[in-house]
Amino acid sequence: MKITVNGREMEVADGLSVEALLRHLAVKREYTAVAVNREITPKASYAAVALREGDRVEIVRPMGGGVEPRAER
Amino acid sequence: MQDTNLVLGGKDFTSRLIVGTGKYGSNEIMRQAHEESGAEIVTVAVRRVSLPGQGESILDFIDTKRFTLLPNTAGCYTADEAVRTAYLAREAGLGEMVKLEVIGDARTLFPDVQGLLEATRTLAREGFVVMPYTNDDPIIAKRLEDAGAACVMPLGAPIGSGLGIRNPYNIKIILETVSVPVIVDAGVGTASDAAIAMELGCDGVLMNTAIAGARDAVAMARAMRLAVEAGRLAYKAGRIGKKLYATASSPIEGLPDWTS
Repeated sequence: MKITVNGREMEVADGLSVEALLRHLAVKREYTAVAVNREITPKASYAAVALREGDRVEIVRPMGGGVEPRAER
Repeated sequence: MQDTNLVLGGKDFTSRLIVGTGKYGSNEIMRQAHEESGAEIVTVAVRRVSLPGQGESILDFIDTKRFTLLPNTAGCYTADEAVRTAYLAREAGLGEMVKLEVIGDARTLFPDVQGLLEATRTLAREGFVVMPYTNDDPIIAKRLEDAGAACVMPLGAPIGSGLGIRNPYNIKIILETVSVPVIVDAGVGTASDAAIAMELGCDGVLMNTAIAGARDAVAMARAMRLAVEAGRLAYKAGRIGKKLYATASSPIEGLPDWTS
């Protein structure tokens, strides 16, 4: 199935869990948060949440930033 | 002189300087600048991880046992985006504190105070320690306090402009208007700007570009630390009043007579 992760479309196994996706992408867990279709997925549910075709996943962490919003809009 | 601590969300901080993590020449320079600044709080943005997930992270250069991470909502243009970003930051384990920014316009980066008030109300209700970046407007500052803000952070001048404290009188009025801490956020260009903010009686100063963009960021971080301390001390010491004419420092009596 196709899902979008951080704006990038990718092909993954049907019913892949958030947990498996993070492992597949080698994402560090510390200070990481995940949202699926704009809803935050609590860490405790990573294994239980199965992704579906067309899901939009956001994976975020702290990055360098002071008072400067990035001009990325 | 004994000083009180800066208290935010029930946590005590001895440093009154808050610094950023953006725009440094390298992560190592950032680490050294943080060290020299004496800051205990550093602001971070919350952004998409690069995929695949390897690569250098700024968190490898911040000792999170020593520094409190203050996530910001930089880049958010609506209350809804800012609130979602704050939730993401909390879920990421960054705690309850949030430097709330709701930007109104990309060219000036001035805050959208209507969105800011709305987001402050929502997040304060949800238990966040809300630190809103706002205008140097005493009325809005008061509204933010009423909405549950843990402090108010008026700009000294536009973000990244280095223009200093453009309206010290408004900052002074804000200090008299609200009872939560007042932290000048944005506009500082050099050490004297930070000292002026503290001399006015502000509880702290937040800056990024003034340090990160300096030719020698590490040296500027130290200058800012000293300026914040000097300004705070001068405020506590109580400055003399201003007068138009001179007042002699040496006694007039007992002058030798040189007339012949």
